[in-house]
Amino acid sequence: MNIRFQFMKYRKIAGIASMIIFSISVLSLTFRGLSLGLDFSGGTLVEVTYETPVELESIRNTLIANGYEDSQVVNFGTNLDVLIKVADQNGNSSIGEAVYSLLNEKGFQGELKRVEFVGPQVGAELRDQGGFGMLIALFMILIYVAFRFQYKFALGAVTALAHDVVIILGLFSVFAWDFDLTVLAALLAVIGYSLNDTIVVSDRIRENFRTQREMQPKDMIDLSLNQTLGRTVVTSFTTLLVLFALFIFGGEMIKGFSLALILGVLVGTYSSIYVVANMLMSLTLTQEDLAIPEPEGAEFDELP
Amino acid sequence: MNKFSIYQYLLILFVLVLGFTYALPNLYPTQPSIQVAYTDSGKSADQMLLNELENILENNQVRYEELFLREGKIVIKFSTLDQQLESKTILQNKLLDKVIIALNLEPTTPDWLKNLGGKPVKLGLDLSGGVHFLLEVDIDTAQQGRLELLLDTYRKTFKEDKIQVTDSSIKDLALHFQFKDKESYNKALSKYRLDSPGINGLQYIITERPASNSLLLAYSDVALREIRDYAVGQNLTTLRNRVNELGVSEPIVQRQGSNRIVVQLPGVQDPTAAKKIIGKTANLEFRLEANSRTSPLRKEEFNFKENDFSTAFLEKAVVVSGDRVTNASTGFDESGFAQVNITLDMQGGRQMQKATSGNIGRKLAVLFVEQKSKSELVTGDDGKSIIEQTTYIEKNIISLATIQAVLGTSFRITGVGTPQEASELALLLRAGALAAPMKFVEERTVGPSLGKENIELGMKSIMMGLALVVLFMTFYYRVFGIAANISLLINLVLITGIMSLLGATLTLPGIAGIVLTVGMAVDANVLIFARIREELKEKDPQTAIRDGFSRAFITIFDANVTTLIAALILYIIGTGPVKGFAITLSIGIVTSMFTAIMCTRAMVNLVYGNKNIKELKI
Repeated sequence: MNIRFQFMKYRKIAGIASMIIFSISVLSLTFRGLSLGLDFSGGTLVEVTYETPVELESIRNTLIANGYEDSQVVNFGTNLDVLIKVADQNGNSSIGEAVYSLLNEKGFQGELKRVEFVGPQVGAELRDQGGFGMLIALFMILIYVAFRFQYKFALGAVTALAHDVVIILGLFSVFAWDFDLTVLAALLAVIGYSLNDTIVVSDRIRENFRTQREMQPKDMIDLSLNQTLGRTVVTSFTTLLVLFALFIFGGEMIKGFSLALILGVLVGTYSSIYVVANMLMSLTLTQEDLAIPEPEGAEFDELP
Repeated sequence: MNKFSIYQYLLILFVLVLGFTYALPNLYPTQPSIQVAYTDSGKSADQMLLNELENILENNQVRYEELFLREGKIVIKFSTLDQQLESKTILQNKLLDKVIIALNLEPTTPDWLKNLGGKPVKLGLDLSGGVHFLLEVDIDTAQQGRLELLLDTYRKTFKEDKIQVTDSSIKDLALHFQFKDKESYNKALSKYRLDSPGINGLQYIITERPASNSLLLAYSDVALREIRDYAVGQNLTTLRNRVNELGVSEPIVQRQGSNRIVVQLPGVQDPTAAKKIIGKTANLEFRLEANSRTSPLRKEEFNFKENDFSTAFLEKAVVVSGDRVTNASTGFDESGFAQVNITLDMQGGRQMQKATSGNIGRKLAVLFVEQKSKSELVTGDDGKSIIEQTTYIEKNIISLATIQAVLGTSFRITGVGTPQEASELALLLRAGALAAPMKFVEERTVGPSLGKENIELGMKSIMMGLALVVLFMTFYYRVFGIAANISLLINLVLITGIMSLLGATLTLPGIAGIVLTVGMAVDANVLIFARIREELKEKDPQTAIRDGFSRAFITIFDANVTTLIAALILYIIGTGPVKGFAITLSIGIVTSMFTAIMCTRAMVNLVYGNKNIKELKI
């Protein structure tokens, strides 16, 4: 068996790099926080489309002059689309319509594309639910992997997932990208995806540990990573292909979603190579850990 | 040697036929149509209405394709959008308030497919355009109302039984009674205990405080839940009626959680109007105007709705309240002004008759009762600013007219403003009052153009993503790649078929989920092919194919189960569009396993299975 690339030679560097980025993410999340989208922050959002470009500054001034001091006005996608966010915390549900009719009155006649209002309690609930759901997902996956593999793999897998999730959250925090429900959905999909990779690699490590009895764990892991490298690269590549298609053609409303997934695929691929294997090395995975022959093997073999 | 049994092929064929059949309805275009129903929701459309509509359309020479009766509504199909709009205007002008006309896009699914249960995928609001509201029922107010009623009852009872009460009030959703002495306290306690199994089957909790001669009465948890369920249920019914009156073809009004109601109105273009009708908690009270003989304690001063500066004194006693109204419609009086015709039920009619018979010549006022809410920023105990939303009741006089004759079950109110305002009032009266006030806690409106744009962008992303993946796979894996590509296309058809069959809703994130599935679905095949390549180093092609498929299976299974876990959790915590993503992702995972393993294998077997191959290009 030829080991083409000695992944584990660089495991320390990778480990340190991971830790640095992870720490930066945690720091940013602690001190800067996430720039929460409407779903989580609550408030009102109005999207209006105009036939000719309008000056954002004059819309802003009109709004301020009429008592909407705490409002943001930005272009959305093209310079014909204007997105207005009013961070009203009072839970007043008719601001959206009021803003739209005010603009129409003041000479900014455009077509109303959407109005979204999220009350303060609903925002807080969605926030809690989202965080809770994420933890539940990680926990259930931990249990499944521990049950199907062995607890060292499970620890590796969940560390990798936490690593991916925190780093993506960190990027959203550092660059102040809007974090809304669709991004949360993307993050959960990343958990699924990254795990896909992790399981493929772990599966091979487990198989090799059983068949190649005289190899060192380090070489064994390198061998496994090389064997699965082709598949990892191809799958990441096809997934990235579609995600870029989605990012470019999918429209403004799912930009954040596709961005989170693109980052997730990149970070997830990296973590399935370095984080999981690194953890297994650190936890000194031994032959004994995997000594019991897997009972499921026989029954699955005869299937297609 | 790599052969499937006839049963395996039949199974694949069966699934494919099923998938294609149920995906088929999505290929048929939609057709502009209108749905006509009687305004009175208790009455379903009949042959008479059908003939009437037919006559009107023929007299006005409007072309239509089909006109038929379906589920209490009359459906008319047109070939163009112009005809649809034109006939809606004509019919509405002719029939006025008698019917509600909803614009719709009718699927053109052929009958044989319909009989099999085939229907196109439902589009979410972000794709179809429309309004989504989340309303919260104010349970506290409903409970407060019940307690006030109870307080009155007990005050009366204690008075009748000569039990001396020095103080009675409602504090923290409980009744407080302070008695003068031990004797009154004991008498009251036995009265309480007698009643405690419940008025209306509700249970109370009695707290006895013999030391201070006071009693506390609060609702038990069971009772609170009952009150809540009743209030939410009642409001659901009322909302359904109101939504029906809006003329939306496929509205959704559903309870969500313990005290929230979701209202979805696909295709509604004017959220403000919809909100006005749905959110309004209006009611009417009929009261006599106070005259010189009315004691000051029995009268109240109210503003006029249209004019803030003029007021009038009315008697405190309510003659008839709005819940006695069985029907209300608009019309015009002799001089052409709008009026509202009101019909009361029997009891309401009797009350009205009693009150008006001795009072001809006096004035009868119509009081408009509105539930309004305002929010204020207040500083809490911990110094943080918190939002407090309070609801209050506003009563204004909308009409004050002289009683000309004894009124019975049906009469009319004139001077109600423009015809528009009159019909709005009639609508609110018909729809009835709410059991508890509600407030909007979430609103999402998607304009029709944005919906269309989202569909186009989503479709484009699927097409582009698919094209890129198909090209790559063909180039990278040749024959096996083509097999994987065919599986991928089958996968898309199966996802569509299953979504249609289950009646699942497709949203923009849902489309994104399909795009993601396209990228990830080939993973299973990539795993298999990579494995076959490896096995080829030591084994002959046929064995390599067989072992490649079987060895990769466990890995594929494990990897997919974990993604499925994530998708299920997403389904549970997600709302609306995000749920759509979880649905397409979950369905995609299951179908992709089937297609990547079964379908690809079947194709590979058909191509290579019976041959003696020396060399395998993969």
